Amino acid sequence: MEKLLDIFKNNIRQYAMLIALVVIMILFQILTDGTLLLPQNVANLILQNSYVLILAIGMTFCIISSGNVDLSVGSLCALIGAITGTFIISMKMDTIPAIIFVLLISVVIGIWQGFWIAYVRIPAFIVTLAGMLIFRGLTNTILEGGITLAPFPEDFQFISSGFIPDIFSGLIKGIHFTTILIGIIASIIYIVLELRKRKNRKSYGFEVSSLPLFVVQIVIVTIAINLFSYSLSSYKGIPIILVLIGTLILIYSFIAAKTVPGRHIYAMGGNEKAAKLSGVKTNKMLFLIYVNMAVLSAIAGICYASRLNSASPQAGMNFELDAIAACFIGGASASGGIGTVIGAIIGALVMGVLNNGMSILGVGSDWQMTIKGLVLLLSVAFDVLSKKK
Amino acid sequence: MSDIILEMVNITKLFPGVKVLDNVNLRVKAGEIHALVGENGAGKSTLMNILSGIYPYGSYTGMIKFKGNECKFKSIKDSEKEGIVIIHQELALVPYLSIAENMFIGNERATAGIIDWNKTHIKSMEILKKVGLNEKSDTLIKDLGIGKQQLVEIAKALAKDVKLLILDEPTAALNEEESNKLLNLLLELKKGGITSILISHKLNEISKVADSITIIRDGSVIETLVKGKDAISEDRIIKGMVGREIVDRYPKGSAKIGEVYFEIKNWNVYDPIIEGKKVINNVNLNVKKGEIVGISGLMGSGRTELAMSVFGRSYGKHITGTLIKDGKEITLHNVKQAIDNGIAYATEDRKTSGLILIDDIKRNTTLARLDKISKNNVVDDNKEIHAVEHYRKKLNIKSSSILQKVGSLSGGNQQKVVLSKWIFSDPDVLILDEPTRGIDVGAKYEIYTLINQLAEEGKSIIVISSELPEILGICDRIYVMNEGRIVGELSREEASQEAIMKCIMKSNREVI
Repeated sequence: MEKLLDIFKNNIRQYAMLIALVVIMILFQILTDGTLLLPQNVANLILQNSYVLILAIGMTFCIISSGNVDLSVGSLCALIGAITGTFIISMKMDTIPAIIFVLLISVVIGIWQGFWIAYVRIPAFIVTLAGMLIFRGLTNTILEGGITLAPFPEDFQFISSGFIPDIFSGLIKGIHFTTILIGIIASIIYIVLELRKRKNRKSYGFEVSSLPLFVVQIVIVTIAINLFSYSLSSYKGIPIILVLIGTLILIYSFIAAKTVPGRHIYAMGGNEKAAKLSGVKTNKMLFLIYVNMAVLSAIAGICYASRLNSASPQAGMNFELDAIAACFIGGASASGGIGTVIGAIIGALVMGVLNNGMSILGVGSDWQMTIKGLVLLLSVAFDVLSKKK
Repeated sequence: MSDIILEMVNITKLFPGVKVLDNVNLRVKAGEIHALVGENGAGKSTLMNILSGIYPYGSYTGMIKFKGNECKFKSIKDSEKEGIVIIHQELALVPYLSIAENMFIGNERATAGIIDWNKTHIKSMEILKKVGLNEKSDTLIKDLGIGKQQLVEIAKALAKDVKLLILDEPTAALNEEESNKLLNLLLELKKGGITSILISHKLNEISKVADSITIIRDGSVIETLVKGKDAISEDRIIKGMVGREIVDRYPKGSAKIGEVYFEIKNWNVYDPIIEGKKVINNVNLNVKKGEIVGISGLMGSGRTELAMSVFGRSYGKHITGTLIKDGKEITLHNVKQAIDNGIAYATEDRKTSGLILIDDIKRNTTLARLDKISKNNVVDDNKEIHAVEHYRKKLNIKSSSILQKVGSLSGGNQQKVVLSKWIFSDPDVLILDEPTRGIDVGAKYEIYTLINQLAEEGKSIIVISSELPEILGICDRIYVMNEGRIVGELSREEASQEAIMKCIMKSNREVI
């Protein structure tokens, strides 16, 4: 029991945010008379927040590595949308080659910013502030003074509006059976991985949590996964975007928690000098982090353009702020070295649910912004105060 | 002169779960220098933090009487008002402000909020003269060395009309010459009627200046020795501090010294910022297998710069020279190459450049050689825990688990983590820069023993240290450095404090 308390204390920030998320969800579920968790709205929530989730993943690494942020991601989303629109709508390029080409362009843009930040050592704040202006300006230039390009062909729209097809369609009426199956497969994979981890730790003679506790944990997670997949299955199934985001979360969480480059990023954020003297190539890491951020911005930009079904000069306004706020709500430290991908995702979801819930209730966007600001401030204040104790 | 200025009666302080101070009584006479000694974690700093109001009245039990009145300090401002000023180990100066501005921070010479700069500078020049600091009052702090910064701290205290000055390890970062200057200043201030409490690990300094010595161990006062009344000897103090007699402060190693293993030849390094300034000048040195070689010299003599420039060019520009290891020439362009070639360098400042304080023992230990516990860049957690647990036991790192943050460890245990980290990197050549700075006698002994063990395993070890007794106590051979050059090489038999100082003095004359 004491151990459990210890674990809880050490991860209070993340558990607290997770609990806050659940509480907010229950609250809005009641306030909206059950609209929030309607299958259609759950799918909607994911689509609505896809771009923030993707950006928050990349932003987490910027913050962990140096306590810096990337202010240019919103403008970059707009620029990528404009370029994609020009390729596909104006130049009639096919969707897949266009996307590949756009992603390559984002790598070049990332190299441009990474070069100034990591090798010339201009503060990231300044480089990306410049980038914010430059990319917004270029967006307007490409869109010839602010014309909106629309519409995109159907295969491009599919990115944000598509769902994975049901191979067993019609098996049960009104239920997307493939989704249920995927939920079951995912929970089996989860259980197998957990069991293997436990066995492994035991074989090394390390302590493991008590069996009842372990079973409770597995049962809760399994139920959560299957409830979620059931909810999605009674609408249209799993959105393509969710597959994309899920994959990104898995890959980047793995990099952060389990790999050598991940360790190096945390180390340089904690103490750059010490990391350097331990053989961490800090410049190279910083460079790669900003290249990565540009590529993720491009992915977010493509998703957003697909969702809007247009390339607009106003796209991506304030995206950077949403992403940064998500990271900090999710427990990242403004001085670097602390933060997790999952934390940032939870942070983004907290804001997403707040937005969505208030919209359903008919709260105006002016109030929504104020409340979001207060949530950011309070969650960080909670963090600071809980550390003081 | 013999009246009591400060009396702390039955001070008890609890931290959650631990009693850090247990009925401590401290009496300081007016106009004396009172030394406070004890191992790290014995409670010295806690006691001083209570005295200066950092731990406010009410958070402890007991009574403080200053100049005959009972004091209930709520904050550091309250204690400063009474003339009690504490100078912490980590200096609290603003690097981009001038000496004068720093001296009068929070205590500005101002009327109606408008600063009178003439008055400020005149007053500060006056005080600077008193502390013997020959600098203009508008010099920026960042341009001063650490020794001079310490003097500014004292000047700052004098500007506040100090009655009782508390110094927490003031000489930890100073060399012999600077330390002497500081100690003489304390004696000078004593003549001017200022009482001081001196916390220090350096027993020779204490026996030099202190009028009485209070020894604290595990939160209780062991005894207070008064000069002229009690027989004061270093052995008695050490015995009081650690609770046992350390027969030999420097354990004898039994390593077999082999062939020359690592050589630095014709090494030249230029300052990275000031164009054309040579920092290391044609240095040649070598280490044998199983040998412990010391590099002695005053601060600023280029010892750290030499070590860092060798360690993957972490310092300097236009580096020329050759490195030979095991008969083969090696080139080290960056730290990673140095580590891969079996070179390790433990920095002199564990907090700013040695450790990641917000990370745990586990992550700090493996950082330099993650490849040892990973496959295809993926870290094997179980292997890592195993490896780190091994070092925690081997080096006797006092901690709750390997998941404890290193920032919350004591100095000695932090240093052990630094050593674990570099031993984990499997080096053949270990360069240890100030391996025992700011840590207590007990932990020092453990670290010396460890260094001997490493030598016995056949590693070549270079120790850089400002403490002459330490260099003399543990090294098989000593190089003396001054002004970026090697100015002497002494065998264990030839070496003595005098011989080392002689080498430095002689070379100074040559330069002039």
